[in-house]
Amino acid sequence: MEIPYTVTPRPDTGLANPKLGIWLFLASEVMLFGGLFSGYIFMRLGAEPWMWPHGWLNVPVGTFNTFVLIASSVTVILSWEALKMRNFKAFKGWMALTWLCGLLFLAVKLSYEWPAKFSHFGAYIKKESAEKYETWLGNEGPDGRLARGLPPRLFISGHPKTWAEVSDPKAKEIVLAAIDEENEKPKSEENDKAHFIPRDMVHLHEGHEVKLDKADLIYGYGPFYPKLNTYLACYFMITGLHGLHVLGGVLVFMYFWGPGAKLYKTNPVQFTNRIEVSGLFWHLVDLIWIFVFPLFYLL
Amino acid sequence: MTHAAELHAQPEHGAHGHHDHSHDHHDPGFWRKWVFSTDHKMIGIQYTVTGLAFLMFGFGLMMVMRWSIANGAAPFPNWCGPFLHSIFGDAVFEKAFDPNTKAFVGWSLSTQGYNVFGAMHGTIMVFFGIVPIAFAGFANFVLPLQIGTVDMAFPRINMASFWSFFISCVIMVLSFFVDGSAAKSGWTNYPPLAGVADTGPAFHPVMNGGTLWLIGMVFNITASLLGSINFIATVVQLRAPGMTWGRLPFFVWAQFITAYLLLLAFPPLESAAIMNLFDRAFGSSFFMPTGLVVNGMNFDGQPLQFSGGGSPILWQHLFWFLAHPEVYVLILPGIGMVTEIIACNCRKPIWGYKAMVGAIFALAFLSFIVWAHHMYMTGMGPKVSAFFQTTTIIISVPSVILLTALLLSLWGGSIRFNTPMCFATAFLPMFGIGGLTGIPLAFNAVDLYMHDTYYIIAHFHYIVAPGTIFAIFAGVYHWFPKATGRMMNETLGKLHFWGSLVAINCLFMPMFLQGMAGVHRRWWDGGASAYATTVQPVLYWNQKISVAAWALGAVQLLFIVNFCWSIIRGKKVTSDNPWHATTLEWDTPTPPPHGNFIKEITVYRGPYEYSVPGADKDYTPQSEPPSGASAPVLGHVAVPAHA
Repeated sequence: MEIPYTVTPRPDTGLANPKLGIWLFLASEVMLFGGLFSGYIFMRLGAEPWMWPHGWLNVPVGTFNTFVLIASSVTVILSWEALKMRNFKAFKGWMALTWLCGLLFLAVKLSYEWPAKFSHFGAYIKKESAEKYETWLGNEGPDGRLARGLPPRLFISGHPKTWAEVSDPKAKEIVLAAIDEENEKPKSEENDKAHFIPRDMVHLHEGHEVKLDKADLIYGYGPFYPKLNTYLACYFMITGLHGLHVLGGVLVFMYFWGPGAKLYKTNPVQFTNRIEVSGLFWHLVDLIWIFVFPLFYLL
Repeated sequence: MTHAAELHAQPEHGAHGHHDHSHDHHDPGFWRKWVFSTDHKMIGIQYTVTGLAFLMFGFGLMMVMRWSIANGAAPFPNWCGPFLHSIFGDAVFEKAFDPNTKAFVGWSLSTQGYNVFGAMHGTIMVFFGIVPIAFAGFANFVLPLQIGTVDMAFPRINMASFWSFFISCVIMVLSFFVDGSAAKSGWTNYPPLAGVADTGPAFHPVMNGGTLWLIGMVFNITASLLGSINFIATVVQLRAPGMTWGRLPFFVWAQFITAYLLLLAFPPLESAAIMNLFDRAFGSSFFMPTGLVVNGMNFDGQPLQFSGGGSPILWQHLFWFLAHPEVYVLILPGIGMVTEIIACNCRKPIWGYKAMVGAIFALAFLSFIVWAHHMYMTGMGPKVSAFFQTTTIIISVPSVILLTALLLSLWGGSIRFNTPMCFATAFLPMFGIGGLTGIPLAFNAVDLYMHDTYYIIAHFHYIVAPGTIFAIFAGVYHWFPKATGRMMNETLGKLHFWGSLVAINCLFMPMFLQGMAGVHRRWWDGGASAYATTVQPVLYWNQKISVAAWALGAVQLLFIVNFCWSIIRGKKVTSDNPWHATTLEWDTPTPPPHGNFIKEITVYRGPYEYSVPGADKDYTPQSEPPSGASAPVLGHVAVPAHA
C-alpha cells in the first residue's frame, strides 16, 4: 500500500501532500498567534496609561536578534536552492548557518533578555499612597509630570538590598539599594521619553535608601515576572511561545543537517521537499518575530 | 475499454495487495494492529469507541445532577449514594442530616459538586463525546473510503492525533480525583471564576481541577488540529481518479468544511487557554480585573492577589470565537451522515445537492462572525449587538436550506424504514425544533431574559442530542456492517429508536416551558430553596424531566447490548453492499483490509444515482462505468479480508 502524492505533486492541484499540510498548519499558527496578538491589543487598549511601560527592552539587542532571524530565513532558502541544484555540500553549509542563527537567537534570549528581567525589582505604588513616595515619582508641583500633561508615574524599580525581604510574607518593608534613573531624577525631561537602551541604575548610599512599605504596593511587586503587570505577561507569553517555535525549528534543521540527510542519497527529491516544507515553517517563525519586535520593543 | 483496463489492473493490484497482506498483517502484531495503528479505519473505530464511552460517562454525570434537581438536593438513595461518594469523594458529595434528629441520612450532591458535574458534563459531551465520534471517528472511517483512497494523507500524524486525544481523555478523567475535584467553572470556563477556582495554598499548583482542564484542552486541541489538517489534505489530494469536487458525497463535503472550522477556530481558544494558564500558574492578570474580591473559596473577602488590569470579557471573545464555529462542528458531520442515509434509504437522489454544498460554505463563513450573540449579557451596546443580531439571523438561511433540501429529498421516495433511516428521519424535525427555537434567541431583547435559562438548555440540546447524537446512532447502525461484517439487530434497534425518541422529547420539551418561566440552569436543587416563589408553577416539571432522563439512560442499554452482541453474534452480511448504496465505501471487501480496495477505483458519476430511469437496478455505484456493459464489473465480490 502506498499513499499517492507524498513526493510528486498531484497534477490537478499542483501540490504534494506535505506542502499542503504545512500551509494548513501555518494557517492554524496564524490563528494561534492572532489570538495572542489580539489579546495584547485588548490588554493594551484597556490598560491605565501609568500601567503600560515603555522602553523596558533593549532595542539594539532586539534589532540584532531580528537581523539574525532574517538572515537565517535567507540561508534556509539558499540551502534549499543548493539542494535543487543537487549541490549537497553547499546545502550542508547553508543549513548549518541556519540552525546556528537559530541557536544564536535563543542564546541571546536565554543569556541576556529573559534573565535580565528576573534580577530587576519593580513595584507599583497604590494611588492613595503615591504622596509618600513623591520624591521618587515626581508627579506633583509645577514641574511635575501631572502639570506637564503626562500620566502619573506610580512605579519604582531598582535592586533590593536583600531579595529575602521581597519574598518573605512576614517582612513588612522592602529596602532598595539601587534605583533606576527614572526614579532618581523623576522630574527630568530626559526621563519622560522611552530610551532605546534602558537607563543605568543608580546606587544609593546608606541612609538614602528607598523604603517601600508592602502595604503601599499593588500585588505583583518583585522581579519582572508576568505577575508584575500585563505588559510583562504578554511579553513572556508571546516571546516564550515564539522561542519554543524557534527551538522546534532548530531541532528539525539539526536533524536534517545530521542524521536526516541520509535520505538525500536514496531520495533527493523527497529530501529537498522536506527542506522546503520546514523552511516554510521557519519563515512563519521569522514573520511572527517581525510582529513581536515592534509591538514590544518599539511601540 | 474501461472493462479491459479493469481486468488489466486487477492482477497487478492483486499481487500488490497480497504483498501488503503479508507485510502488514503478519508483521505488525497485536500492538501495531489494534493499539498503535496507522490505519484510518482502526483509528476511526478507536475514536468512536472512546467517544461513545465518554458519551455514557457524560450522560451519567447528568443523571446524577437530575436527581439533585428533581428532589431539592435530597440525599441519594442508599443503594447508590455511598458508591458515588466513594468514587467522587468529599468535594462532590456531602453528608446530609435529618433536620430534626440530626442523624446522618445519606449523601447528597454538594453545590460545588453540582458545579463540577455541570462543567464536566458539558466539556465531556462536546469535546470528548460528539466531536470525536461525529468528526474524528466517522470521518476517519468513512471519508477515505468514500473518496476511494488507500488511507489518510498522513497516517502517522493520524495516529498522533488519536493518542494526543487519548492523553487529554486521561487528564480529564484524572482531574476528578485531585483535591477539590474537576473543573467547576462551567464548560465555558469563564474567568474571573476560572482564574481563582482551585487556586491558593490549599491546592497543588498543577494537580487541580481548573489547571488540569486547561492542560487537557491543550492536548485535545492539538489532536483536533492534527486531524483537521489530515482531513483537508486527504480530500484535496487523495480523491480517486474521476472523483471531481462535484461528485463528492455530501458527507465528505460536510467533514471537509468541518475540518476547516476546527483548523481556524480552535487555535484562538488555545491562545486563551495559555493566557488562563498564565493567570493560574504565574499570577498574571489577562482575565483578572483590578480589585477583584471573592467571598468564600479560601479568600475571605480580601482583594485577590493579582496585578489587575485584565478583562474577563477577553476570554469570552476568544472562547466564543471558537465555540460558535464549534456549534457547526457539532452539527455538520451529523447532517452529512443523515444525508447519506436518507439518500440511500429513499432510493432517490438528494434534492438540491449543489444548494446544500453552497449552504455549508455560507454556514461556515458566517459562523465566524456570529460569536458575540453569546455575549449580549456583557452589555456591549446596541451597535455591536445589532451587528451580531443581523449575522445570526442571516445564518439561519443556509440552515433552513439544508433542512428543506433533506425534507424534500423524502418526497416521492420509496422509503425503507430500517433503524438508521428511523434515526435519520427523526433528526429532521428534532433539528428543526432546535433551530427554530434559536431564532428568538438571536435577538438581544429576548436573549437578555432567556440567557442561562432552561430555554437555552432545551434549544441547544435539541440540536446536539436528538440532532447530532441521533445522527451518530444512524451512522453507527448504517456503517456497522461495513466495519464488522455483521448487521446490528433490527428489533433491538427499533426499540432503541422509539424509546429514545419518546424519552428525549419528554426530557427536553418541558425545559422550554421552564425556561420561559425563568428557571435558571445553575440551580443545584432545581430552584426549590431560593426561587420557589417566582417559579413555583413550573417546578413540578423537575421530577418529570428527571424521570425522562433516567428512562432515556435505560433505553441506551438496548444500544449497548445490541452493539456488543452484534459484534460477536450479529447476522453476517451476505454482500459487500448490504444497503445497495452507491458510494465507494461499499466497493471494498467487508471489513475493508489495510489499503481498502482490491481493485482500481475510477469514478464515473455523482454520488446519488438511485433509481436512474432505464438502469437495470435501482442504484448505480459511483464506480460503475457508464457504458451499457452487460456484466457489471463492480459486482459484490465478497472477498475475505484476512484469508
